[in-house]
Amino acid sequence: MISERGETATNCHITGSTHEFALTDADLERIYRALRLIRCAEEQIARIYPSDKIKSPVHLSIGQEAVSVGVCDVLRPDDVVAPTYRGHAAYLAKGGSLRGLFAELYGKATGVAGGKGGSMHLIDMSRNVLGASAVVGTTIPIAVGYALALKRVKSDCVSVAFFGDGATEEGVFAESLNFAALQKLPVLFVCENNYYAIHTPITRRWATNRLCERVATYGIPTYQVDDSDIFKLRQLAASVVADMRRGDGPSFIECRTYRWREHVGPNEDYDLGYRNRDDLTRWLKDDQVERVGNMIADERRVQIESEIDLDIADAVEFAEMSPFPETDKLFSNVFANP
Amino acid sequence: MSSQTPSTRLLSYVDALREALAQEMRRDSRVFLFGLDVDDHKGIQGSTLGLVQEFGPERVFGTPLSEDAMTGVAIGAAMAGMRPVHVHIRMDFLMLAMNQLINMAAKSCYMYNGQVKVPIVVRSMIGKSWGQGAQHSQGLHAMFMHVPGLKVVAPSNAYDAKGTLIAAIRDDNPVIFVEHRLLYNTDAFVPEEPFVVPFGKARICTVGDEITVVGISNMLVECLRANEILADVGIRAEVVDPVCLVPLDIDTIVDSVKKTGRLLVVDNAWTNCGAASLDLSAPQFD
Repeated sequence: MISERGETATNCHITGSTHEFALTDADLERIYRALRLIRCAEEQIARIYPSDKIKSPVHLSIGQEAVSVGVCDVLRPDDVVAPTYRGHAAYLAKGGSLRGLFAELYGKATGVAGGKGGSMHLIDMSRNVLGASAVVGTTIPIAVGYALALKRVKSDCVSVAFFGDGATEEGVFAESLNFAALQKLPVLFVCENNYYAIHTPITRRWATNRLCERVATYGIPTYQVDDSDIFKLRQLAASVVADMRRGDGPSFIECRTYRWREHVGPNEDYDLGYRNRDDLTRWLKDDQVERVGNMIADERRVQIESEIDLDIADAVEFAEMSPFPETDKLFSNVFANP
Repeated sequence: MSSQTPSTRLLSYVDALREALAQEMRRDSRVFLFGLDVDDHKGIQGSTLGLVQEFGPERVFGTPLSEDAMTGVAIGAAMAGMRPVHVHIRMDFLMLAMNQLINMAAKSCYMYNGQVKVPIVVRSMIGKSWGQGAQHSQGLHAMFMHVPGLKVVAPSNAYDAKGTLIAAIRDDNPVIFVEHRLLYNTDAFVPEEPFVVPFGKARICTVGDEITVVGISNMLVECLRANEILADVGIRAEVVDPVCLVPLDIDTIVDSVKKTGRLLVVDNAWTNCGAASLDLSAPQFD
């Protein structure tokens, strides 16, 4: 089950699948709503994409939704998350504006970043979603710095850094772990290990796959969820976040997951030769969106799904109808209070 | 800057920096100071000495070397409402933090459309002196001048050191604060009370009508020395201290050049795309 502090990857695999039984119907519906919203919003993005209405590269999270939802479901509104450029899932799971997302992708003035950021720079500070960066690993120390500020004001809020397997190869990852552990900061490191940095697999990038062991040497409790079971992850996240609120310092979770679509863009890419469609089979079988949906009574599920469809249609309509930024806004916000 | 008033006394550049930090930390609990050795027995040439004793280790602390992550930490804390002052003992080490400085600190306000601001001050030392070698002597301020969203200030004397450091801490933007190591022991008259030297305002140090000489940071001291030699041979130079490189008070420089017809920019850095090439880039010179 859940490991003690500092145990190695081998000992801290999260196994078993009984974690859903403690959840109420309301919990399940909330989790399903979040999962389904992300899945359907991204599928809609993929459908719209060929029209060129979306003025931004898109890195879709389809298949990886359970990581963001499993963690964000146990957070409070005043907790903070730092998503990545593959960040639609974390952004939406933390409550980021759906209208603001679509308008941002369309490059419209009503987007969450005024149309200047696009998909890779989503932000919604009203929901404590920190801005995403297109440069891998960059927001990890930002989340740590936010946690430093939280600790300074004696808040019991936590900060969550989402990042991929590639980010763990950046020097800033090790630097951030060390400082967070040194200062016992309330930051949860969540690695979404989808096995690929663009098209290069971890087998060609990592000397060993003992990521949790590497992190544990900093004295940080490490955990690995090696399938996509959202209930295991959620229970684990609830436990470590509770510890962090008590001042126990940082934790690390490696979530094995899989990117169903291409690295960037709306399509699949199994024909390119760098990975095999067979690798997808296990993840399709474990699709958490479908799994959680099947746990909800048909009538309620249909109702949730139709509400989500309406919300997405509304957000697309909002983006379509919104104006592009005025040209006089081109240089606005280069400096704050210039 | 030079006339002594009752609350003004001679103060070294290094003591002016320390006084500015102490006064701002007393004024604003969000200000904190960190970086390798800011809390040690030497205190960054003395500029941070005693601060950990007054403000405690939560607000004054040494860090792992980790320039990249520590800069990100400063940015994250600033986004959360804090006002970090991050100290690097050499500007050469800032090269390890360029991703955070350029891709995050400088751009965040713009790319997130004003939802966040990044009020950080990045102090770093530049300059040649005995034995410093190729990687301990660079003045790389022009690299930061190139990037929108960063302010760059290079005070040449103790008065400006105090006034611009206070201005930098109160500024809502990332400020690269450039300190030439040879200036640390120079004295100027400095008011005891906190005061601000506003950014974007150059200072005419000597009035002349034959050549405009702009000296950046310690080179201003050298320019004033050169001016005495020029005066001996009857050349009337107008020596200008830009004080702040971004925003640059180009109007004061242009007005001077309109009068003198000649411009010499003296900088302890390379000329190619450097601060010393500002004469080529300013549209006012057309």
